[in-house]
Amino acid sequence: MASTDVIGAAQAQKKQGKGMSRKKSRGPWLERYSALILAVVLLGAWQVLVPLSGLSEFVLPTPLAIATRIVNEIPLLATHAYVTLFEVVAGFAMGVMIGIPLALAIFYSRAFERAIYPILVALQTVPKVALAPLLVLYLGYGWAPKITLAFLISFFPIVISTVVGLQSLDKNLVNLVRSMGASEWQTFFKVRLPAALPNIFGGFKVAVSLAVIGAVIGEYVAAERGLGYLQLQANSLFDTTLNFATVVTISGLGVMLYFIIDTIEARVTYKRDAAK
Amino acid sequence: MSATTQMGAAVDISRLSKIYKTREDDDVLALDKIDLKIEPGSFVAVVGPSGCGKSTLLSLLAGLTPASTGSIAIDGDGVSRPHPKTGVVFQSDLLLYWRTVLDNILLPIEIKKLDVAKYRARAEELLAQVGLAGFGNKYPSELSGGMRQRVAICRALIQEPGLLLMDEPFGALDALTREQMIMDLQSMWLRLRNTVLFITHGIDEAVFLADRVLVMSPRPGRVDLDLKIDLPRPRQWSKTHEDKDYHAYVRQIRAIFEAKGILVAH
Repeated sequence: MASTDVIGAAQAQKKQGKGMSRKKSRGPWLERYSALILAVVLLGAWQVLVPLSGLSEFVLPTPLAIATRIVNEIPLLATHAYVTLFEVVAGFAMGVMIGIPLALAIFYSRAFERAIYPILVALQTVPKVALAPLLVLYLGYGWAPKITLAFLISFFPIVISTVVGLQSLDKNLVNLVRSMGASEWQTFFKVRLPAALPNIFGGFKVAVSLAVIGAVIGEYVAAERGLGYLQLQANSLFDTTLNFATVVTISGLGVMLYFIIDTIEARVTYKRDAAK
Repeated sequence: MSATTQMGAAVDISRLSKIYKTREDDDVLALDKIDLKIEPGSFVAVVGPSGCGKSTLLSLLAGLTPASTGSIAIDGDGVSRPHPKTGVVFQSDLLLYWRTVLDNILLPIEIKKLDVAKYRARAEELLAQVGLAGFGNKYPSELSGGMRQRVAICRALIQEPGLLLMDEPFGALDALTREQMIMDLQSMWLRLRNTVLFITHGIDEAVFLADRVLVMSPRPGRVDLDLKIDLPRPRQWSKTHEDKDYHAYVRQIRAIFEAKGILVAH
C-alpha cells in the first residue's frame, strides 16, 4: 500500500541519515573529545609540575594524591555529603514550591507584580552570604539555617525564569487555543506551561548550583556535619589533601544535581531545534 | 467514507461595529455598521489594505473579540464566544513545537475533551489529503513553511468546521509554495464545501479562490464593493489567469483602491 511505501521510504531515509552522521562524526573526533583531552592535559601538567616546582605536597597536593584520598575517605566524605545533599535538595525544593506559585501570581496579577517586583529586586541585592550569621542566630546550629540559605539563594532565579518564560509566549498561540474554546486552565496546561518549560528548567539549573553554595556557606558559619564543616576541619588540621578532596566532592554534588535536572528536562521537554 | 458532504454554516452579520478605545480619547472605528449575509458553503474572500478592519472582522467572527454594537450569528447562534462550528487558520502556522504533527492536529479535540483515539484516523486521513501521509510523528521543526501551514489547516479541519476562517494564511509563504497552497485549498474546499471566509491583501488570490469578494477600505472599516466572481470551477492556475473575466474582476477591485488612493496609478 501507498502509505507503507511512504513509511518505508522515511525509514530508509532515516537509516541513510544515520549513516551520514556517523561518517561525519568520525573525522573530527578531536572536536568531540576536546574537553576531555584538555582536562587530562591540565591535570597531567599539574601532576608533573608540583614535584618539579619544589612545592611540598602539603601545600599543593597532586591530582593523583587527591584522587587516592577521595577513594580512601569515601565513607567519611559520603557521611558529610549526605548532610549537605539533604540541605541542598530541601532548600531547592522550597525554592521551587514557593518560587513557582509566586511567579504565577506575578504573571496573572498586574497589581501583584507591581507590588512584589521592587521588593524582590531589593532583596536580591542583599548578599545572601551576609545573612548566614543572622540565620544561625535565629535558627540555631542544625540544618534549618543551611536549608534557609539554600532556599533564599535559589529562589530568585526560579521566580525570574518562570515569569520570563510565561511572559515570552506568542500572544497568537493564546488566541489559537481560545478559538478552539479553551479555558484559561487549559490554555495554561496546553500552551503556557509547556512553552515556559525550557526557561523554567534554565532557572532550575542555575538555582540548584546556587543552592549548593548556600548550603556550604551555611555550614562554614556554624555546623557539626556537612561538607563545609568537613572542609573547615581539614583546614584546621592543615590537611590540604582532604581539603581538596572535599572541594571535589562539593563540586561533584553540584554537577550531579545539574545533570539530574538536565535529564528530567530532556524527558519532559522537546527542544525547538533538536531536529536541526 | 472520507467524502464528508457536510453543509457549510450560514453567517449573518448585522450592523456590526467595533470601536477600539485608545488612551487619548480618539477612539478608532475599526468596523462601521457592517451588514453581511454569507450563504452556506460559499467561499468568500475579504480583500483590503492593512488597517481596513478585515482582521478585526475575522477576530469578531472567531469570537475572540467582543463586538461594540451589532450582532453575528453562525447558523442562527449568536457569537459572543468562540463558536464550536468554526475553525481558524492564522497567518503563521502556530504549531506547538513540542508536539508531533499528529498531536498538533488533535489539539482542538483534546481541548474540547473529545475522544482523541476516535479522531486519530481522521487526522491521518487529512494529512494524506494535503500530501503529508506518514508525517504524523514528525515534529514541526522538521517541516518546511508550506508543510507547516498545511498541518495548521488540517488542525482547523479536524472537527469538520462549518465555517473556516482564514487570516492571510499564505502571507508568510514564498510565491511558489503559495501558488501550490492556493490550488490545494481550492480542491480541498471543492471536496468539503464548507463556508470559508478568507482574509487576504492579495487581489489575485481573492479573485482566483472566491465565489464572492468583499473589498474593504479603512477609516472607517466598510465594505466598498461586494463582487460576485463567476468563473468556472475547478479553476486552473494558468487558464484562469489568462481568462478575460478574471482580469476584469481584478481591474474592478484595483479601481476601488485607486479611487481611494490606496493604490496610486502611474
